[in-house]
Formats: sequence, structure tokens, C-alpha cells
Amino acid sequence: MALLTIQNLSLGYDSRAIVKNLNFSVNTGDYLCIVGENGSGKTTHMKTLLHLQEPVSGQILIGDGLKKNEIGYLPQQTIVQKDFPASVREIVLSGCQGRCGLRPFYSKEEKHLAEENMERMGIKELRNRCYRELSGGQQQRVLLARALCATRKVLLLDEPVSGLDPKVTAEMYALINDLNHEGITVIMISHDIAAAVRYASHILHIGNAVFYGTRNEYLESDAGKFFLMQQKGGEA
Amino acid sequence: MFDKLGMYLQFPFVRYALIVGVLIAICSSLLGVTLVLKRFSFIGDGLSHVAFGAMAIAAVLNLTNEMLLVLPITVISAVLLLRTGQNARIKSDAAIAMISVGALAFGYLIMNLFSTSSNLSGDVCSTLFGSTSILTLNQKEVWLCVGLSIAVVVIFILFYNKIFAVTFDENFSKATGTNANGYNLLIAIIIAVIIVLAMNLVGSLLISALVIFPALSAMRLFRNFKSVTICSAVLSVICAFSGIIISILAGTPVGSTIVAVDVIAFAVCYVAGIISGGVRK
Ligand SMILES: Nc1ncnc2c1ncn2[C@@H]1O[C@H](COP(=O)(O)OP(=O)(O)O)[C@@H](O)[C@H]1O
Ligand SMILES: [Mg+2]
Repeated sequence: MALLTIQNLSLGYDSRAIVKNLNFSVNTGDYLCIVGENGSGKTTHMKTLLHLQEPVSGQILIGDGLKKNEIGYLPQQTIVQKDFPASVREIVLSGCQGRCGLRPFYSKEEKHLAEENMERMGIKELRNRCYRELSGGQQQRVLLARALCATRKVLLLDEPVSGLDPKVTAEMYALINDLNHEGITVIMISHDIAAAVRYASHILHIGNAVFYGTRNEYLESDAGKFFLMQQKGGEA
Repeated sequence: MFDKLGMYLQFPFVRYALIVGVLIAICSSLLGVTLVLKRFSFIGDGLSHVAFGAMAIAAVLNLTNEMLLVLPITVISAVLLLRTGQNARIKSDAAIAMISVGALAFGYLIMNLFSTSSNLSGDVCSTLFGSTSILTLNQKEVWLCVGLSIAVVVIFILFYNKIFAVTFDENFSKATGTNANGYNLLIAIIIAVIIVLAMNLVGSLLISALVIFPALSAMRLFRNFKSVTICSAVLSVICAFSGIIISILAGTPVGSTIVAVDVIAFAVCYVAGIISGGVRK
């Protein structure tokens, strides 16, 4: 059975569906990119997959013995209370919470993992800084490091490169690609269609037309051609 | 002055008051940070009014140990309030206002109708402002308070990392397999216990001050969760201790004096925060 099987899923708010009748499955090791216009429901879809909100109808079946505490997640927006006193290290470490179960304190390995991921994201010098005093791009890297701490089987990313400069963006894509090659299943929402078709194994396009298929199928499809063309036009 | 203090310290009730005061100060400050950040500070207010209502019923029923009634009622209310808070953010404000004002009114009404005491307004006043009850504690109450305080501190330390994770980002915690709802429930129960404890010290109207002021003061000085938590506990103890001493020496009401000291501490921290922030930049 697949890692995730989505059956006749409709999602939205207050039983008003935004996206209807999704059917697809994600296998272990897949790299799925979710693309679509602003407001088409990508974030809503990811939240529904994570059971942060109820589907309007349909089902999400979980296979391969996937447990919740094996999932890493980068939210699109984290609304942090204005005055929240939290250091970078405290936040990154909190990504290990799922691994702890009922154990009250973090183990040595978990602390080490947090250090490693801070190093990876290049935020080690910021470790004692207050989160809310960082720039947008720095905050994004902190939350990415936290997501990496939580990831053991699946990594869900909602626009991971927004706010990052080109150099870090390239490093980020390379890092996600590496993780995927190590066997981590990646589900990523992206605006960057060029990167999506470069790295992803499968593409889910949400919008007026819903498309699901492999990368190559997407490049051949009408939705894909149109969207690619549009983005190229937009960039020129 | 120190002679006078030494003389007072020979009375067991003064020593009890100091012990209980310090313990309650620690407990109430620990969760203050979480309450402020989760915008739950109004829950503290609502619950203290519920506790007041329960206290009134206990007084009328002539229960020897009021805590046995007050504690369960407050815990249940805390859980219920938190439930409504989760389901509908907007409605929860109204629910809390309803419950808290309702409980306050009923409590006063019950006391008025059934009270046998000749000094009713004095009773009500002391329940609301805790003017004397901390100085009238008996040994049993002190032990109960010590036990509950230790339980609160131990639970807080054991669940510190989880409380931080859930407070900082509830959605992330839920998505990655932390039982956020369970820990929210735990937070609610601890708050209820703290509020019932703190009623003895400052009375139900001033509890919110005891919970919120040390946290707000500490947040002026520090920028990470651990330092803020420790600082607010230390500040709270200092304020409660000096507040009790001042009130004994000067003959002022205990609860209001402690809160007044807390307010002064906040003002000092506010200024210190501005100065040190200015230096850092
Ligand atoms: N909490 C909410 N309640 C009701 N509607 C919402 C809520 N959040 C988002 N929406 C609506 O759902 C649609 C999809 O939003 P979203 O999933 O964030 O889009 P995307 O991530 O693809 O840009 C939008 O039209 C938005 O207005
Ligand atoms: Mg989005």
C-alpha cells in the first residue's frame, strides 16, 4: 500500500469546498511538488493532509506504518506572538519533540541533531538570538531547521524558499534533493515552477484544472504547458 | 524595625504566610509566560471568579475544608473554558465573560442570602482581595498548599519542553505528532490549581496580577523562554516575600501590597529593558 492514498478528497473551509475530488497516492521515496496559482488551495491541501483541518469529504489513508512523529513540517506562515521570547536554539530543538514521546527532556542525540541542522541551515551563529528579532529569511531558515529535526520519513514544505536569497535557495533545493535521495519522501508546495519540474518526481497542479502525474506527464499536459508559459511570461 | 520583624516571625501564622506566599508566587509565575503568550490571561480572570463562586457555596454549606469543593469546580471550569476556546476563538471571550461575571454575581448573592456571618461585606472583601485569609491559615492548609505547589512545580519541570513546543507553535506540534490537545488540557488543570491556591494569598480579584505581572516584567529583560521563565519565578518570589513583610510591618492588606510591589517591579523592569535595549543597539 502507498504511503498516502487520497480518495475523492474535497477540501475547504466550513464545508465549502475549494478543491474537489482529488485522487492520487504518494509512495515512499516520491518527491511531489504541488503547484498552482495563489489562493488555489495548496496550503489548505497540506493542512488537510496533516489533519490540521477536516476534509469536506473523502479520505486520506495512511500506509507503510507511517506515524505522525515521523513527519517534518514547514508551515507557510507561523504567526508568532509579537513578544514571544524564544531563542533560535530553543525553537530548532522543539522540532525534536515528536521523537521524545512522553520522555520529558531532550537526549544528547537530539541536541546534537539540532546543532547539526542549525549548521546545515547556516544559522549557528544566531543560536542564542531571539527569533522575532531576525529577518524574514533568517526566520525561514530557523523553521526549516526545526522541520528537519522532526523529519524521519516524510517532509512537508509549504513554500520553503520564500524569503530566501538565490544562494540559499539553491542550497535549499540541493539539500531537499539529498534528503529525498536518502529515502525521505518530500511533499513541497512551490511557486518556483522551474525548480519543481527540475527536481520533482510527481506534480500535483491545483487550480481551475486539477492535474496529477509524473513530471514528464506534466510537461506534456495542457495545464503544464500553459502554466510554464505563463510563468516564463511573468518573469520576462 | 528588624526587632519588630523578629518578633513577628515568632508567630507561626506569620511563618506560614511567608512559606505559602513564596510557594504560590513560584507556581503562579511559572505558567504566567504561557498564559500571556497564548492569550489565555483572561482565563485566569474568569477562573478566579468561578473559584469565588465556589468559595461562596462552600462557605454557605459550612464546609470545613473549602478546597475539596473549590478545586474540582475550578478544574472542571478550566477544562470547559479551554474546550470552547479551541472550538470557536471568538465565542470563547464571551463565554468566559459570561461564566466569570455569572459566578461572581451568584457567589455574592449566595453569601448575601445565606450567610450567618455578621460581617458580610468584610467576608466578601477578604474573599475578593484576600485581605486576611493568608494570615489565618492552619497547619493542614499549609501542608495542602505545600503539596500542591510541589506537584505543580514538578509537573511544570517535567513538561517544560512540551509546554514550550505547544505554546510556540500549536499547529507544528499537532502536525508532527505531539499531543497538543492533551498538553493544553494539562495547562488548564495546572492553571486551575494555581488559581485556587493563589486565592488564599491575594484573593480572587488580584490573581491575574500575580500570574501576569512577573511574566511581563521578565519579558522586558530577557529574550528566550528559559531565562524568562526563571526570571519571572525569581521576581515573583521576591515581590511576594517583600510584599508580605511590608504588609505585616505597615499593617496594609497583604494581597494589594504584593500586587503593588509587582507593579513597581514591572515599572523597574520596563525602564531597565529600554535602557539595556538601547545599549544593545
Ligand atoms: N481560515 C480560512 N477560512 C476561510 N477561507 C480561507 C481560510 N484560509 C484560506 N482561505 C481561502 O481558501 C483559499 C485557498 O487558500 P490557500 O490554501 O492558502 O491558497 P494557496 O496556499 O494555494 O495560496 C483562498 O481563497 C483563501 O481565501
Ligand atoms: Mg499557500
